Amino acid sequence: MRPPAFLQTALERDVHPVKVVTFKIDDRDVTAREDETILTVARQNGIFIPTLCHLEGLSERGACRLCLVEIKNSPRLAPACVTIPRQDMEVITNSERVQNYRKRILELILTERNHVCSVCVSNGRCDLQQLTVDLGITHVHYDYLYPKHEIDATHERFSIDHNRCVLCLRCVRVCDEIEGAHTWDIMSRGILSRVITDLNQPWGSSETCTGCGKCVHVCPTAALTEKGKSVAEMTKKRQFLPYLEMMRKEELR
Amino acid sequence: MANPSPVKSEKSEDRRWRLVNRTMRMHGGRPDALIETLHVIQESFGYLDLDALKYVAQSLRLPLSRVYGVATFYHFFSLKPPGEHTCVVCTGTACYIAGSSAILKQVREDLGISENQTTPDNKVSLLTARCMGSCGLAPAVVFDGEVKGKMTPASVMAQLGRWRHDDD
Amino acid sequence: MMTIEELQDIGRLEKEKQEGFRHRIHVCVAAGCLSCQSGLVKDALEKEVSRRGLESWCQVKGVGCLGLCSAGPLVSIEPDGVLYKGVEVSDASDILESLGGSPISRLECSLEQPFFRKREKIVLENCGKIDPESVEDYISENGYEALYTALRLMTPNEVVDQVVRSGLRGRGGAGFPTGLKWTTVAKAGGSIKFVVCNADEGDPGAFMDRSVLESDPHRVLEGMAIAAVAVGASYGFIYLRAEYPLAVKRIRTAIARAERLGVIGHNIFNTTFSFDVKVRLGAGAFVCGEETALLASIEGRRGSPRPRPPYPAEHGLWGYPTLINNVETFANIAPIIRKGGDWFASIGVGKSKGTKVFALAGHVKNTGLIEVPMGTSLRVIIYEIGGGIQGDRRFKAVQSGGPSGGCLPERFLDMSMDYESLAQAGSIMGSGGLIIMDESSCMVDVARFFVEFCMTESCGKCAPCRIGTAQIYNTLKKITEGEGKPSDLELLDELCDLVKNTSLCGLGQTAPNPVLSTMKYFLNEYKAHTDDHTCPSCACRMNNHAEEQK
Repeated sequence: MRPPAFLQTALERDVHPVKVVTFKIDDRDVTAREDETILTVARQNGIFIPTLCHLEGLSERGACRLCLVEIKNSPRLAPACVTIPRQDMEVITNSERVQNYRKRILELILTERNHVCSVCVSNGRCDLQQLTVDLGITHVHYDYLYPKHEIDATHERFSIDHNRCVLCLRCVRVCDEIEGAHTWDIMSRGILSRVITDLNQPWGSSETCTGCGKCVHVCPTAALTEKGKSVAEMTKKRQFLPYLEMMRKEELR
Repeated sequence: MANPSPVKSEKSEDRRWRLVNRTMRMHGGRPDALIETLHVIQESFGYLDLDALKYVAQSLRLPLSRVYGVATFYHFFSLKPPGEHTCVVCTGTACYIAGSSAILKQVREDLGISENQTTPDNKVSLLTARCMGSCGLAPAVVFDGEVKGKMTPASVMAQLGRWRHDDD
Repeated sequence: MMTIEELQDIGRLEKEKQEGFRHRIHVCVAAGCLSCQSGLVKDALEKEVSRRGLESWCQVKGVGCLGLCSAGPLVSIEPDGVLYKGVEVSDASDILESLGGSPISRLECSLEQPFFRKREKIVLENCGKIDPESVEDYISENGYEALYTALRLMTPNEVVDQVVRSGLRGRGGAGFPTGLKWTTVAKAGGSIKFVVCNADEGDPGAFMDRSVLESDPHRVLEGMAIAAVAVGASYGFIYLRAEYPLAVKRIRTAIARAERLGVIGHNIFNTTFSFDVKVRLGAGAFVCGEETALLASIEGRRGSPRPRPPYPAEHGLWGYPTLINNVETFANIAPIIRKGGDWFASIGVGKSKGTKVFALAGHVKNTGLIEVPMGTSLRVIIYEIGGGIQGDRRFKAVQSGGPSGGCLPERFLDMSMDYESLAQAGSIMGSGGLIIMDESSCMVDVARFFVEFCMTESCGKCAPCRIGTAQIYNTLKKITEGEGKPSDLELLDELCDLVKNTSLCGLGQTAPNPVLSTMKYFLNEYKAHTDDHTCPSCACRMNNHAEEQK
């Protein structure tokens, strides 16, 4: 028989005591458990670092590069979402250099597809839009690439507009890691990448989709939406994610 | 027919499918057999069709979308059946500066197709490759798997001409 | 089961057998010469030998790369040391006729020319000498002796130590010290470890790994096995491009024959040590040369890199410690163990030890493979070994390091070719492709070519590389089509800086190098395009447009 959970945790702690590191974020002394990322610690301490592909409860990709921070004495910028702090590390989250890069990366993301807010069902409730406000972007000085992508509205309750997709792959991860269906994935590569369901077939004909709608609610933009919403009506509800994460951990205990 | 579509029901009888099944078995039916298996299918059938992708996904117990994602990530794989003959123009650096773009332009104009397309009569597929390591003989073109070096637009067109008229 | 005595017996017998022939005709059957029909030449020679009934006197042997690809098919006559170039099927009879007499002057290719004299062969020492499909032939050239030494006469630590002392650095691109990598993997815990050979030679213009695998595959296997002994791994993978069918065939044959002899596989040399090697084929994705992407691909997934740390040395294939080295790196290992790390370190300059194999291509007279000591100057490589520029035109630039490298102008001709000097000049050693360009090449167009390459090869995972390379490409395309404006140069500068500093993996971080280096050394060409809308080299499309309009 297994010992009760609390005892097991205590035993575990005796054998492998949790290590704690202290380091600095923007000249503030902070502490972290050895398995926590810079991003987690920053958020615990109310320090703002922008993110797009990151979503609490899903695995990390380190791909949008918006959370890049400077580390003193390191020439390379580090993504805060996957970087584990070391003892006495000095992290700088708000230097001019970093802020500049973040702005330009976000500008690039805005040029990749088509993000016109005024006609969008997520207007006012969009992670991407919020980021442009947070980073103070008023205009884009690169050319728009504007490829013509299709809208797939074959699913009875949801639709996907690839023109609004930022390829954060939250939908792919939530479907694989939380729902366990792995209906979504990504096809092709580079600038031609696109998210797909099953064998790149209409969503409505997918054999594996359970219709749970988790992908819709984790999507940062209006790429994935519920049908029948009009401009600025699409609210994303994500409370299920921390809840399911907690319940899954409970099961393992 | 040069490229019969793999038929589901005959997977155990067709010699080619036996080869595919053997590959998966040799890798213990593990997910890491995916790319190796796709190679065998492409080699046996000339391309990967949706039916084959579905079969592999089921056999290796992989999500359909993941198999499709892998098949389209790697440019060596094709989801379209090739023509009777394939002409691969190398567009690596050495071939590029030795004039492969002129060859490509000529072939495109003459066949009336662009890269990754097949002529309407299904005779010739035009492909490009990123360096086959034959830089010493640039520009290089591969005709049906055979590398030929020091090509010119004229010599390439001559070969294509032979193909197009071979059974007229 | 194999003992050292048996190994030496195999080698001796093979030597005696070969020396029993009065004449040995070596025909290059590496991909370069094969594409000029050297296979038919070999058949014709064999037929001619049997027609004349000379089988016991004269051996015809297919060998690996003899180096000078531009003069293929190459045939060498041993032990006379005569090299023939451009040999055709119809020459077979004349060649046999001349054996023992004076060489045929119309075919003779002087071995006294700098292309051959200036070489120093370590990696390529067996290329052109042994039959790549014969393990016995490899053993007759001291093959697998170093593995025996590493396994039976040295401790794993001593093996690692020799590699550290040799100063060998990764030959695949970044030049990371090999000894340090080995030390890390050797120290990593756990009983399951992997050794992976990166043979995904993706740089366009580079073909040294292909040649080594086609000409001397056992050398790579032996290097991998020694590495496995040193770091305590028992599984190996060779990740090889599917675009190299001949190399795939030869390495598969090599593995099968080495396993049959018991020098690879289970209980090597009567020890408990086992090393199991498998080939995995790439499928046309340049990004898989990046180590984390390569591992993803071996695992059967999309070749997308992941952020490092953790490094593969600690967290690699399926999470186990994994040593990844390039083909040429592994090819250096057996000689280092045989002759000692100090011997290797005595060759080369500064922090760049040993030799480097370069693939010489482009507008140079002699194209092919060369191996020279680190630190050899570009001038020696291009003008002596390479024989100068085709048509004696003017040298303009040399592109090293493939799409991650840079273009260097004339004033770097006397620079020493080593990791540090190249990096300082704004290029990289890379895998060793050298593309020589004359005045007919437009540097803006060359930059556009490389960026297009990186754009189509970007895996698309991180935003700066995926979108940034597309933006850089569009801007360069506009410029080469005569639609550029002066302000585009600032934009290029900014985009390159962004992609270089914020991309996830090496592909994105180095993708801007060809643009940055050409903007640095050939800014006037960019300006001619953006300010005057002309291409000084007449290579760009706008000149074509102008001509068409005339």
